[in-house]
Amino acid sequence: MPSEKQICLNTSGLTKIYGFGANRTIAVDHVDLKLYEGEVVSIVGESGSGKTTLAKMLLGLISSSEGDIYFQGVKRDISSQKKKQEYWKNIQAIFQDPFSSYNIFNKIDSVLLDCIHMRGGRNLPREKKVEMMTEACSFVNLKFEELTNKYPFELSGGQMQRLMIARIFLLKPKILLADEPTSMIDACSRATILDMLMQLRKEIGMTVIFITHDIGLAYYVSDTVYIMEHGRFVEFGTADEVILHPREPYTQRLINDVPKIYEEWDLTTV
Amino acid sequence: MKHTLQQIFRSPKFVVGFSIFAAIVLIVIVYPIFITDPPLGIIGQGTFFPPGIYVSAYDSLGSPKYILNLSDAATKRIAAKLGDQERTDIHDWLVADGIPESEIDIHDTEKLLEQWAQNYDPNKKVQGMTFAKQRYYQRLDTSLKGLLSTEGAIIAQKNPETGALEESSMIKQADYVNVSEVASVRFLPFGTDNFGRDVLTELVAATRTSLQIGLVAGLVATLIGLTLGLLAGYVGGMVDDVINFITNLFIVIPSFVLLILISYSVGQEQRGPFLVATVIGLTAWPWTARAVRAQVISLRNRDHVNLSKLSGHSIVHIILTDILPYIASYVIMALILQISSGILAEAGLSILGLGPKTTETPTLGLMMNWAMIYQAHIQGRWWAYFPVLMTIALITFSMNLMNTGLDQVFNPALRD
Ligand SMILES: Nc1ncnc2c1ncn2[C@@H]1O[C@H](COP(=O)(O)OP(=O)(O)O)[C@@H](O)[C@H]1O
Ligand SMILES: [Mg+2]
Repeated sequence: MPSEKQICLNTSGLTKIYGFGANRTIAVDHVDLKLYEGEVVSIVGESGSGKTTLAKMLLGLISSSEGDIYFQGVKRDISSQKKKQEYWKNIQAIFQDPFSSYNIFNKIDSVLLDCIHMRGGRNLPREKKVEMMTEACSFVNLKFEELTNKYPFELSGGQMQRLMIARIFLLKPKILLADEPTSMIDACSRATILDMLMQLRKEIGMTVIFITHDIGLAYYVSDTVYIMEHGRFVEFGTADEVILHPREPYTQRLINDVPKIYEEWDLTTV
Repeated sequence: MKHTLQQIFRSPKFVVGFSIFAAIVLIVIVYPIFITDPPLGIIGQGTFFPPGIYVSAYDSLGSPKYILNLSDAATKRIAAKLGDQERTDIHDWLVADGIPESEIDIHDTEKLLEQWAQNYDPNKKVQGMTFAKQRYYQRLDTSLKGLLSTEGAIIAQKNPETGALEESSMIKQADYVNVSEVASVRFLPFGTDNFGRDVLTELVAATRTSLQIGLVAGLVATLIGLTLGLLAGYVGGMVDDVINFITNLFIVIPSFVLLILISYSVGQEQRGPFLVATVIGLTAWPWTARAVRAQVISLRNRDHVNLSKLSGHSIVHIILTDILPYIASYVIMALILQISSGILAEAGLSILGLGPKTTETPTLGLMMNWAMIYQAHIQGRWWAYFPVLMTIALITFSMNLMNTGLDQVFNPALRD
């Protein structure tokens, strides 16, 4: 653990309980997460283990039932709309499903312009804004001239997710929370998108929380890995520690679920 | 957007509903341009004139005469005065007067009329006959006078100096006038109502007012319901609890009962059409609020809303751009339903006598109310209420049809 580095985001006993009575679900159960500046942390767990719920709490999109979140060592305060907006300059997200991530009534231009405005570029001249948008698009191999005045739903899933990365490129947040950003994308685009993410991370020095159900992917991208089962972190450590020497049977199972080249491909786990 | 409009106008149900509705609106707009009479102007002296073409009898005397020898003219004239019912009535009177049944043949017109002329005595009391029936026989007797005559009628005018009658012209039985040459003719397709007003002109004006009432009521209800539904659904928490409580309160008390109470307490004098419309709107919003709230709740946790929050947008901005456009189609459908139920609510209120008080324009409900008070349905004066019923039915039918069409476009699962 790189102890000389600063803690960027950490939680203590973070819990989320949905519903009550017979419908009571403990989606996230007393989670302690430590995120150091500049590292890539993976949170791995099967579907329904509470990864997205945890992500939304970290983003401040839903409230927690219990526990605290500290941002740069200070207890996070997002009690007012203004403080929230300030917080969201520091933490941004890419969601799992690109098809539902965009407002279908807004054009691509407005998605990117929102980012420029959020960074305080509202009064920039139009040409400067176009230049910035063009740069962001070309970073993810998209041509802004072809996208302007189009709607996001006119793009493919992979292109939409790349546009999301272009968004992050413009926003340059301290922390990026990527919630299974490639799980809805066809296999060909997947590697491209991962590479772009890692490239962007290097370029602007972001801290990344990478959420996935694919432990192989986690090993590929991350420094630290947290294993999540039924809302709890059952194991964590460096990627090598956790994946090469797993202690928990659950981690073992996740590793065994990753298809091997020499085995017959089981497409359902991909 | 353009694509959606194309789809909407390709839905047969919507197109049929829209055409009917557009036709009604068009009539309401165009008719007053040609018929400029005040809709509540009284033209008939008497009640419930039947539908038909009214030709000025006086003007037709002065119109050019044409002689037409039509073989069935006499038969028709007799049949009009002496139908099967009259023949039976005459038979009954004669029998009661003591003429043996065997001597009466109701199909022999000449003999029947001869027997009638000989035996009928208006002053004679027949046992067991009501006064009304006696009057009926007196009227029948007058109308039968000269029925078989082949003579014409003499028109006489009073000489202003001597005061004596002077023959001015003679109308023969074969004389005809051309309706288009008679100076004054009025077509009353739905006759007149209990006050002697032209039902069609009244109906067009009433439809216009009722549509306006429906529109105002629908807009008021939709605006309130939409605002409260958006707030309750998006903001949640305490706001949701309070709004939900009020909504449930309004839903538990049947809105029509509330409507009756409010209308009653407002008082007859204050109840103009727009006040009634507003009151209808004020009692009709809960369903819209509830439906909008449910829709918003299902939307507020979507990723595009989350992304909009992350982009630093305010609550108002998110409601207006990330929620409202997604439920716009739904709101339009709710508005159409509210308009049509607003029209029905006005009709219901007016039938109970709690509708708008108006002196210039009638409403569909008021026309029903008048027809009912003057017992048009009991007297068989169908033209005073049936066209009104049909109009109400057509308006609601066309609007519901439009709604079903829209529903099929917006909800692909419902497409057939
Ligand atoms: N809005 C919600 N209301 C109630 N239960 C929820 C809600 N969101 C998620 N859950 C439940 O919380 C658990 C964790 O869900 P989620 O965080 O989406 O898991 P993951 O992202 O790991 O697939 C699941 O059992 C899910 O059913
Ligand atoms: Mg998830």
